[in-house]
Amino acid sequence: MAGVARRSAGRGRRRIGPGVAVSALLVALIALAALWPGLLARADPNAAEPVDALLGPSGAHWFGTDQLGRDVYSRVVHGARVSLFIGVGATGIALLLGCLIGMLAATCGRLVDEILMRITDVLLSFPGLLLALLVVAMLGPSSTNATIAIGLSSAPGFARLVRGEALAIREAGYVRTAVTFGAGRARVYLRHLLPNALTPLLVLALLSVGAAIIAGSSLSYLGLGPRVPTAEWGSMLAQGKDFLTISWAMAVFPGLAITVTVIAINIVGRDLQRRFEGRHPVGRF
Amino acid sequence: MRSTTWWLARRLALAVLVVVGAATVAFGALQLVPGDPVHVMMGGAAPSEEVYERTRHELGYDQPLPVRYGEFLGQLLRGDLGQSYQLHQPVADVIGSQLWPTVQLALAAFGLAFVVAAALAVTTAGRRSGWRRVASAAELLMISTPGFWVGVLLLTFFSFRLHLFPVAGGDSLAGLVLPAATLAIGLIGVFAQVMREGLERALEQPFVLSARARGTGETAVRLRHALRHALIPMVTLSGWIVGSLLGGAVLIETIFSREGLGRITATAIAGRDLPLVTGVAVVAATIFALLNIAVDLLYRVIDPRMKEVVR
Repeated sequence: MAGVARRSAGRGRRRIGPGVAVSALLVALIALAALWPGLLARADPNAAEPVDALLGPSGAHWFGTDQLGRDVYSRVVHGARVSLFIGVGATGIALLLGCLIGMLAATCGRLVDEILMRITDVLLSFPGLLLALLVVAMLGPSSTNATIAIGLSSAPGFARLVRGEALAIREAGYVRTAVTFGAGRARVYLRHLLPNALTPLLVLALLSVGAAIIAGSSLSYLGLGPRVPTAEWGSMLAQGKDFLTISWAMAVFPGLAITVTVIAINIVGRDLQRRFEGRHPVGRF
Repeated sequence: MRSTTWWLARRLALAVLVVVGAATVAFGALQLVPGDPVHVMMGGAAPSEEVYERTRHELGYDQPLPVRYGEFLGQLLRGDLGQSYQLHQPVADVIGSQLWPTVQLALAAFGLAFVVAAALAVTTAGRRSGWRRVASAAELLMISTPGFWVGVLLLTFFSFRLHLFPVAGGDSLAGLVLPAATLAIGLIGVFAQVMREGLERALEQPFVLSARARGTGETAVRLRHALRHALIPMVTLSGWIVGSLLGGAVLIETIFSREGLGRITATAIAGRDLPLVTGVAVVAATIFALLNIAVDLLYRVIDPRMKEVVR
């Protein structure tokens, strides 16, 4: 707590560092690749050219070709869509569920709070990837199911944060004032509690998009993600692993794509976290 | 003393509830899964009516749901987790035989991560220097890099290019090096950050000042006095650590074709071998329930004031 206070008092408005600027640009570029991949890669990601199979990087194929002669660069660019879909989708699910559970726990009395938080504790103590794997085991492998699985497994963290924020804000002066002036329950929750809990929540959400992208590509590395011809970073890596003796490019570039994406998101997320920290207490610190 | 006994009894009862809860959820999920479990068990071939009925009876699927749930709980109490569809062995035997390689891998990875992170934290804590910047960047890189990619890179370089380590499996020590290193890399970043933060807090304490006043050298202050205090937050992390090791084992054992709990979990999920998946879930829930108790117990030993906090 002392650290937070010192930070917010000492620095005031921070300038945007070069690392953060580059990262933000990269995030924008990756979002562009997810929305309009054709702008960045002309080649068809699924066009097989068996004669050109397993080539190294060259002018024609920047990242080389895979075992079917498909252009790896183009597949990496097109793969951004699935990865971001899983990352953003899963975080969205976690955010919604977390808000619901957290707000219920914070506002529906001690018994509900106790029950919901004990369940959350149990889920939190369970490794996220294992939880996601179990959900996929039930739902069956597909990218939608992977998204749901990762979303469910990261919801408990959000529930914790929302509950803590809501409890802290509920005692704040302006909420009491609103209640004094006769604001109804629903109005207090929707107009006061939720918006004020939102800032730290969105920062956590951004950071968790990175984690969800790794989790998503892990599932599809294990063959539990999207179906075969779909370009996806994790499954491309898994295929590349089988051809390591012949070509390194196939396994290296999709992994690089995941790492660069996640690092860029984490750098931007951490910077935002530092900016917003200290405005009001965040549950986890 | 009496309060501690009560506390422990309460926590153990809660742990049993958690494990039974996890088992019930897993059992329920098994019932919801589309598709006929008898068909899954028999594999691809279409069985004759008679064989089908006999298998269905043997598996107990001709009984009503409450009866099956009762039997499931009864079996669970006796440590019987059912029969694996794919391996045609009792699930408890499969898990028992695969546990040790995973424990070996996890211990090796933990040890490696701990030593490297402690070295990073001790050398960089409280120092604003270029070296620290490099260490921070390396930590961010290690946290953001997916473990399975690191594994593939290490395989490419050390096994396929340099032929230093075996490409797949093996119970040998050499076969353990790359998987353990891969698993450790994901942990080092987090460990180093937590330890550095703890160290920096410890270095501001009066006992460090008095140690320095006695003429203790900087390295000795850090290693002998401050590091110990920096380790307490690591206890808090232990649930996360075991979780990461178990979850990471699923990927890393698959990449390196190693035997172990993680790899059979991955194949069980891909092949929808639900009794085995349920078994792994129950075992994992048990491990976590016990671990949480152990951690809270440890807190009470380290710092008696926690008795008020940890209920």
